[in-house]
Amino acid sequence: MTKRIMTVEDSTSLREMVSFTLKDAGYDVVEAEDGKEALAMLFGSNVDMVITDLNMPNMNGIELTMTLRADPAFKFLPVVFLTTESQMQKKQEAKAAGATGWVVKPFKPNQLLQVVKKVIG
Amino acid sequence: MDEAATKETTLYLTFRIKNELFALNVAQVREVLDLCEITRVPRTPEFMRGVINLRGSVIPVIDLRLKFDMSETKSTIDARIMVIEIDLDESKAVVGVLTESVHDVIEMESGGFDTAPQMGSRWRTEFIKGIGRHEDQFILLLDINRIFSGDVRTIAEAQVNDNSGYQEEDS
Amino acid sequence: MDAHAKAFKVEAYDILTELETTLLELEETPDDTGLIDNVFRAIHTIKGSGSMFGFDAIAEFTHNIETALENVREGLLPVTPEIIRLTLTARDKILELLDNESNDLDEESLGIISEFLELCGCEVDEQQPEEEIHPYDEKKIETTVTYRIRFEPFADIFATGTNPLLLLTELQEMGECIINVYTDNIPMMADCDPELCYVFWDIILTTDQDENTIRDVFLFVEDKCHLSIDVVYVHDDVESCDQYRRLGEILVDRGDITSDELQEILDDNKKIGERLIDNEVIDSSKVNAALAEQEHVRKVLEKEKKFSLSSIRVDSRRLDSLVDLVGELVTVQARLTQKASGNKDIELHLIAESVERLTEELRDNTMSIRMVPIGTLFSRFRRLIHDLSKELEKQVQMTTEGSSTELDKTVIDQLNEPMVHLIRNAIDHGIELPSARESAGKPPTGTIHLAAHHAGASVILEISDDGVGLDARKLKEKAVDMGLVSTEDDLDDEQCFAQIFTPGVSTADRITGVSGRGVGMDVVKTSINKLQGTISISSSQGSGTTISLKLPLTLAIIEGLLVGVGSDLFVIPLSVIEECVELTRDEAAFSRERSMMTFRGEAFPYLSLRQCFEIDGEMPEIEKVIIVNERGNKTGLGVDQVIGQHQTVIKTLSRVYGDVEGITGATILGDGTVALILDVNQLITAVKNDIAHWDQHQARQQVELH
Repeated sequence: MTKRIMTVEDSTSLREMVSFTLKDAGYDVVEAEDGKEALAMLFGSNVDMVITDLNMPNMNGIELTMTLRADPAFKFLPVVFLTTESQMQKKQEAKAAGATGWVVKPFKPNQLLQVVKKVIG
Repeated sequence: MDEAATKETTLYLTFRIKNELFALNVAQVREVLDLCEITRVPRTPEFMRGVINLRGSVIPVIDLRLKFDMSETKSTIDARIMVIEIDLDESKAVVGVLTESVHDVIEMESGGFDTAPQMGSRWRTEFIKGIGRHEDQFILLLDINRIFSGDVRTIAEAQVNDNSGYQEEDS
Repeated sequence: MDAHAKAFKVEAYDILTELETTLLELEETPDDTGLIDNVFRAIHTIKGSGSMFGFDAIAEFTHNIETALENVREGLLPVTPEIIRLTLTARDKILELLDNESNDLDEESLGIISEFLELCGCEVDEQQPEEEIHPYDEKKIETTVTYRIRFEPFADIFATGTNPLLLLTELQEMGECIINVYTDNIPMMADCDPELCYVFWDIILTTDQDENTIRDVFLFVEDKCHLSIDVVYVHDDVESCDQYRRLGEILVDRGDITSDELQEILDDNKKIGERLIDNEVIDSSKVNAALAEQEHVRKVLEKEKKFSLSSIRVDSRRLDSLVDLVGELVTVQARLTQKASGNKDIELHLIAESVERLTEELRDNTMSIRMVPIGTLFSRFRRLIHDLSKELEKQVQMTTEGSSTELDKTVIDQLNEPMVHLIRNAIDHGIELPSARESAGKPPTGTIHLAAHHAGASVILEISDDGVGLDARKLKEKAVDMGLVSTEDDLDDEQCFAQIFTPGVSTADRITGVSGRGVGMDVVKTSINKLQGTISISSSQGSGTTISLKLPLTLAIIEGLLVGVGSDLFVIPLSVIEECVELTRDEAAFSRERSMMTFRGEAFPYLSLRQCFEIDGEMPEIEKVIIVNERGNKTGLGVDQVIGQHQTVIKTLSRVYGDVEGITGATILGDGTVALILDVNQLITAVKNDIAHWDQHQARQQVELH
């Protein structure tokens, strides 16, 4: 059964690139521009994993993660966040919020796919 | 004398230095060679005359006369090199000993050699294991291991600074 | 430009337009956190996405600005007109960079960056290359190793959305694998909380990838589990026994039972696994896990056995005596050739030639039998490194390169001790504690890398670590303290490092049971010199140290030059000879007085062998000088005559001679005479030592000679 991944990212170019990479590898992709939109789209959908940026308007990646973890429906949903290496403190925050893993920008498509494989197979 | 007890005897090779007769346990002696060319190894003590080629092996040769603070052993017809096996630092080594002449092999009772007295000896007593008698002659048992033990160089240096050796005139 | 890059450009223009507006608004309301956040994110996005799509100049530019703006966002810096102005300027600059698609930052850009940094009181933050996370830079090591990995996730591991089974799948992809699950902690159904993880695993993995790669599998969960990785078996150990360990030993090793408990049980007669369970010393799952480990390794070994080449074991004494006989044959053959050359009999010539050819081939074959791959030495060290790192509470792994490089067995045997010492040093003083390494941005596991390769007639052996490196200044200070050099002496880094070979010199802050006294390195150097080899150190503070050993390929036969002084004959190893020149008697006397000579405008030390070895006789009219070069140290050795090249079968001088300075052995010539082989290294050192403060002396001489 095809796995479905949601990407949450406010930078259009980046969101499109992640989408493209995942689709190319055979995953189904759902796109959202920020945490708020993501939550709205998650309810009722069948998403196996979320890839989110940390810095977004309206609701950032950490808030999104915390909200998800507090909801029994999404308590165990894998969440991987995108970060830049200058944001290492954010990484700790995200971990504390319950994130599953992370990918550091800039990354190559292959590296993203390997993390996805590690998290949902 | 204990006639009842079995008498154990040992064989010794005797050799002459000046007028004195010395002995070495035959078990330690591998062979006796005629004098051959000795290649000097530089920067070594005088008594270490050098090395010889013994069927492809390079063996060091010491001059006993020099070791006993006498003059160099002369290359006469009688001079021999005794090839000895000694204990050096927990394992065996093969060395050569240059001597004026070599005598017979004699048989002595074990215990035939008494400890050498410290005083009144002309020879460096640390190299003598004992004194014995054989057919009216005094024989000095050589402690060959002692001669080679320790840092060869420090012994040599000590020798240079030590004037207690009895200096014989050339004869 | 690809589609993504184009898309970024479009996006960036949009962001920049909006940014301008936001900044102007912010100027009016400098306390609006929403606006501040927007500004920060704009820069952040440009940087993050820019770096993704190849806009490196822009990424670098925005990187430092982002830092400043982060401080504003955190409230550490207030929004001032200055900042607004600067940010606007930066924005314009980014626009420019976008338009030009340039890859370099010009003066102006750098100026803007430094203004920003001044503003927030920071220093230039050079973008560090990403240290962690790109877990799939697989490092293959040369040999196959079997690891035992114990993975014990915390009970709440599911709360991060982690699926531990997928991690196990990852391990399975790295090599042959057996996985044992421990289910003992699963409570009764009624007490089970489905949101918690009650199980843990033992994984026995046979792989050619290194320990760091294994650790990377658990990267996301490292603070949500207990993880231990142990080396259980190394598959390159040619000398190890065929059988893997017995069950009881495995259990003790894993800490599942104590050796006392094991001993008690062994006094019975049942199979040990059964007895342990019967006596309730441990439970069945542990025994099963250990059995599985045993079985796994046995299977792998069996497979390997099928591929091993046929070989036989030979008592090394037989080999030694074979080599001796070959050596003597070489000597006699030399005599035959010599005799034949003076003889008119053609047939004799032909026979001598044939014998020469055959002897050479026999010699080469025999010497190659004594050649053993250095991997046998390397593999002995795995255990040492493992134990030492545990003892010193460091994480160290070993990698090797060129373990198939072959060396004479006698050389390998004599390398063991010095190498053990070097490795001890590396772990004790080189590699830092895991916490220190992490603070320095290094992976917590340090690496000791052993490498070997052939170079001409030598083998180069390197021992490297990625630890703290050596402090050249400190070494020089120590040497000055000890009176070895003076503070004015100008020493380059290599010379400073070389001080470490003097007894007593050590920059270790503490002496441990393992090392630090400053006594070892000089002994190491002597051992290497005894093998006719050389040792050198290179180091980079903070990154690590590399020790290089250069060793001759075979010890017993070398190409030499036969020379004569008086009636004595000596052999100088051909490998160190640069050329042979002549001096007149007067020139020689002149040089002898100064212990120096000049040739082709160069001045270097000179040593008359006659003088050095106190050989009698008069100097000839023309003195021959052999110019030798040992690692850049040129020296002239004065002799009476040069006789010719000689294939030198090395005979060691008896132990009785201990350390005779300048002579490293003897050889027997075709006619039975003994020639002494010179230790050029020692002679050079002896000359230098005889002259105090060599460099100043040399300088003085240079002045005089001109």
